[in-house]
Amino acid sequence: MTARKEKIVLPLIAVLLGFVLGSLIVKLTGRSPLSMYAAIIKGFSGIDILNGQPINTRYIGEFVIQAMPIILTGLSFAFASRTGLFSIGAEGQLMIGSISATAVALLLEAPKGIHLPLVLLAGILGGALWGAIPGLLKARYNVHEVVVTIMMNYIALHFNNFVILHLFGSADRVKTAPFPTTALLKSPFLESITRNSRLNWGFIPVILALLIFSFIINKTTFGYSLRAVGYNKEAARYAGMKVSRNIVASMAIAGAFAGLAGAVITVGTFNFGRVIQSAEGYGFDGIAVALVGGNEATGILLAGMLFGGLKAAQPLMQSQGIPREIAGIIQASIVLFVAMKYGIKMVIDKFERKQAPSTEGDRV
Amino acid sequence: MTFELFLQMFPIALMFSAPIILTALGGLFSERSGVVNIALEGIMMVGAFTGATVTVLLENSTPAAAWYGLLAGLLAGVVFSSLHAVASINLKADQVISGTALNILAGGLTVYLCQIIFHQQRTRSFSNGIQKFSVPGLSKIPVLGRMFFDQVYPTFYIAIAMVLLTWFVVYKTPLGLRMRACGEHPQAAASMGINVVRMRYFGVLVSGALGGLGGAVMVLTADIQYTLVSIHGTGFISLASLVFGKWNPFGVLGAGLFFGFSTALSFYAKDIPFLANLPGEFFYILPYLLTIIALLLFAGKSVGPKASGEIYDSGKR
Repeated sequence: MTARKEKIVLPLIAVLLGFVLGSLIVKLTGRSPLSMYAAIIKGFSGIDILNGQPINTRYIGEFVIQAMPIILTGLSFAFASRTGLFSIGAEGQLMIGSISATAVALLLEAPKGIHLPLVLLAGILGGALWGAIPGLLKARYNVHEVVVTIMMNYIALHFNNFVILHLFGSADRVKTAPFPTTALLKSPFLESITRNSRLNWGFIPVILALLIFSFIINKTTFGYSLRAVGYNKEAARYAGMKVSRNIVASMAIAGAFAGLAGAVITVGTFNFGRVIQSAEGYGFDGIAVALVGGNEATGILLAGMLFGGLKAAQPLMQSQGIPREIAGIIQASIVLFVAMKYGIKMVIDKFERKQAPSTEGDRV
Repeated sequence: MTFELFLQMFPIALMFSAPIILTALGGLFSERSGVVNIALEGIMMVGAFTGATVTVLLENSTPAAAWYGLLAGLLAGVVFSSLHAVASINLKADQVISGTALNILAGGLTVYLCQIIFHQQRTRSFSNGIQKFSVPGLSKIPVLGRMFFDQVYPTFYIAIAMVLLTWFVVYKTPLGLRMRACGEHPQAAASMGINVVRMRYFGVLVSGALGGLGGAVMVLTADIQYTLVSIHGTGFISLASLVFGKWNPFGVLGAGLFFGFSTALSFYAKDIPFLANLPGEFFYILPYLLTIIALLLFAGKSVGPKASGEIYDSGKR
């Protein structure tokens, strides 16, 4: 296989195997894989193939809502990954982004044209700051980013709850007061065309983020030096690139994408700051999205839509008697199969060699 | 802090230490053989789920249900970790990605099975986990008796026994020497006739056993049922303990005790005058914050197995 073909074929095989394994588990536990697929199709398109009902646009809106944050956390993981860092910190960066957006939404009074951009900017900066910390620890003290980012996720979770409960004062100990409408991404127009889904303008910052990601990585000197550090730290250092600075910058930008995701959820999907009981999985979803998407913008968009659709189908599966966690199982299996790509490639190469007439053997 | 309070904290701290020590020892086996295992969190979840489920299902038929739970957790850990072994040893997967996939898988799989078996998002709660006991005679020793022998969970002694056993296996047997060689320089080990693949399998499966046991211990001593958040990062804290303890069994013991105490502190904070006014969230944060600080102080200096995390390529020089 050529390298280009590999980049497309291997993730597709991984996705396929993931669904096969998922169906197998559903079958083994005595449920019907068919109704699972019906739920997934409905989650993606709003078409109910079991009852033959026409498209319900509400489901499409909800599907986009699910895809938006995990595309952003996918960009976050991918950006750090391009610099050779394995950041599991998107979850925490997202929470800090969310709490920063909450602060600006509640405390500032301004017309929409100023308020909303500032809310999003606060999310971006909060996430960037939270992301820069493990970057700094990695660059200066060589502390492995995997454990630090995970620990910072738990710290962010409790910090978020502390701020919501003690600083912003929550009447019901679950959420803050509602935000003023000037801070929101919500759109009555988008809601009306999707039969009152929670669809909002959040997809615009998401599209911008995809473009910016692609631009920085592929078109700028800065992006080039980030990738150089990812390929070979020592060579990059020898070539005069500032390795430490690049590591911190890369983690900060990764954090910015995740922080934006937090802001988009907080002022798009919801209109209040929330107490969070436990990690909501946006970070791990993002890792799956980035790995399946090959750490590239187009791939991340497609993988984000795939996993977003799976997430949107979860309640539908549950109502079909299939535990919703099957979506997570399928997603994890896909990631596992992506990780096994060398093994899968070996199998394919062996198969292709068998198919091609073996001239070498005959010559002996 | 009064001395009395310090004594009271001991049994709780030891209870929290036990699963961390066991799981970190598991990580030690895996990394010493050359495979990074960040799936420890997921392995603990699977062990905890299995331990809780077996205990719930058996508790009406046998008084030793929780002990069967521990055994089942251990076995489940072995089975689950074999996925990591196949992926990272046979199929040359990136070990960190494979471990991450298993962590996600564990969350989905355990709650999925809870729904199938118990028709809810968690296991049914068990009425009796592992019971506390006092060591006859020894618990009467002044001070020391109250610290280590009075009203303690036997799981702590299992952890201590495992520390000694690990030390013996890793440093005093040919098996341990071969395993360590695979973690330092697998090609050199292979040239001396050591089967690297088999050694790494041994390392990963033992880490599955200890991690699964650690998870079961955690849920059966500190919890009443398994939920998605029963383990809440303890596998990762164990991983940090391994770094903190410099990949040495006794170092791991010390690190495990340290984290056990930092967790216990949150339960007793309200009784300690200068800590009582801090918000509860501060104490939830503490173990994680201390983990980062510990890594910061020790990571630069401590050196892990050289080839840990590297895909084994027999052709490499």
